[in-house]
Amino acid sequence: MALLEASNVVAGYGETEILHGVSISVNKGEIVTIIGPNGCGKSTLMKAIVGLVRVRTGAVRFRGVDISRLEPEQTVRSGLCYVPQSDNIFPSMTTRENLEMGAFVRRDDFRHRIDEMFELFPDLKRSARMKAGRLSGGQRQMLAIARALMLDPVLLLLDEPSAGLAPGLIHTVFERIRGINETGVSLLLVEQNARESLRMSDRGYVLSGGDNQIEDSGPALLNNPEVGRLYLGG
Amino acid sequence: MGFLPFVKLGLVANGIIFGSVIALGAIGLTLVYGILKLGNFAHGDYMAFGAYVAFYIVDGLLPRAGIEGAGLGPFTFGFPVLIALPLSAIVVALGAIALDLLIYRRLRQRGASTAILMMASLGVAIAIRGLVQLIWSGDTQHYPRESRQVYHLPMDVRIPPDGLFVAIVAVILVAGVYMLLTYTKIGKAMRATSDNPSLALVTGINTKHVVWWTWGIGGALAAIAGVLLAVVQAQLLPIMGWKFLIPLFAAVILGGIGNPYGALIGALVVGVSMEVSTQWINPSYKPAVAFAIMIGVLLARPHGIFGDSQ
Repeated sequence: MALLEASNVVAGYGETEILHGVSISVNKGEIVTIIGPNGCGKSTLMKAIVGLVRVRTGAVRFRGVDISRLEPEQTVRSGLCYVPQSDNIFPSMTTRENLEMGAFVRRDDFRHRIDEMFELFPDLKRSARMKAGRLSGGQRQMLAIARALMLDPVLLLLDEPSAGLAPGLIHTVFERIRGINETGVSLLLVEQNARESLRMSDRGYVLSGGDNQIEDSGPALLNNPEVGRLYLGG
Repeated sequence: MGFLPFVKLGLVANGIIFGSVIALGAIGLTLVYGILKLGNFAHGDYMAFGAYVAFYIVDGLLPRAGIEGAGLGPFTFGFPVLIALPLSAIVVALGAIALDLLIYRRLRQRGASTAILMMASLGVAIAIRGLVQLIWSGDTQHYPRESRQVYHLPMDVRIPPDGLFVAIVAVILVAGVYMLLTYTKIGKAMRATSDNPSLALVTGINTKHVVWWTWGIGGALAAIAGVLLAVVQAQLLPIMGWKFLIPLFAAVILGGIGNPYGALIGALVVGVSMEVSTQWINPSYKPAVAFAIMIGVLLARPHGIFGDSQ
């Protein structure tokens, strides 16, 4: 059984329907990347899965339980954490306070988890007392990911983790993502940087116009001439 | 004091006292705005309602239990006001939460815009004022009081002991709010929600509790500000809270809307400016001074004096 299974998800904002019945799945231990042109509904799919956008029809099952009617704060408790593409930190709070907020639903002593995050992202340790709004773009992205990891999630959803980062940093972020995956966390990514992302992905989906187009293994999508021409810039 | 030698220090002292009352109201107002994106036009009337609830306790309830008095130590008011202060805070805090459940929560669930929420709060303001007039009449009331000597300080500064009490209560409460926002889990969650509401949701923060706490704290501070205002002005009037809205909003906007520490500084600046202005212009124009500050800030620095570009 898949860890996450979204089937025939229809969702949108107000009158507008963005997703016309998208189905994806993530198995335990996998990295799965969703690629596709701008406005194809990648981010909306993420938001529908975590409960920020209501699922009109279709189902989202996580560990076998339907989560499509849950509020975001309940989804989080079930072990599914999400990092939005932008505005993904609390800017007026310190780095450490951001991590504490990430652990909001934890009842136990989570200080060791903060130390683990500082080990994983040494930059954050140095800026622990700094207001997160003053961090650099790369540090912000690390903090956003670390915040979501505070709950020891089973599945991590990352919306464009490399957006707006310098090329050197993009590589570091992907390396960290692979490292997180090696600790047993499954990942679902939306990425503009499709090549690098697909290279490390077990599987990938191509989304277009709010519908599924292609599903295949990461390397196979990379080598698919049609995908290359349409979505990977030739 | 070498600066502004032409300013009467006594007026500055009065301004600080008046400013500390503004601060208690403004901190609640700015917290509610930061977290709920609601410019609460009823905040002044929450203050007035708090002042009247305390009046009911002091004038109606406590005398029945044989607790009466005025002129406690150097102060004009008596022990009953000290009992009424926290009780009124609790009543208004619960009332503010109840009004949220009854009105604002439903509006939010329907995706009401900031303007709609503001209009709703205007309605609440009028309703509360009407209720106060209905129960306690529109006449001037006051807490039982005995006249007391003012403190004479050097440089012709005179401070009424009541004013000193007001400032001390305000300092304690502001320190309490600071501790809550800085060190407690719910306080940090309030700041997080104010920073980024949708991220707070997906982080698992229980935003419902955050909303309750925000109204509870805002309502309690408003009630205490109302009682203190009634103490320093030596009278209660149903309109007292509504008239206080301009200094409140001026302080909040000056400090950067949503920023509680900014609101504190803004309140002191507005309070002192209003009082000092009476040296040159008719005291009845005091609200105009607050209004001028508000307009000036909105034109020059719409994010407030501490506001940054983010």
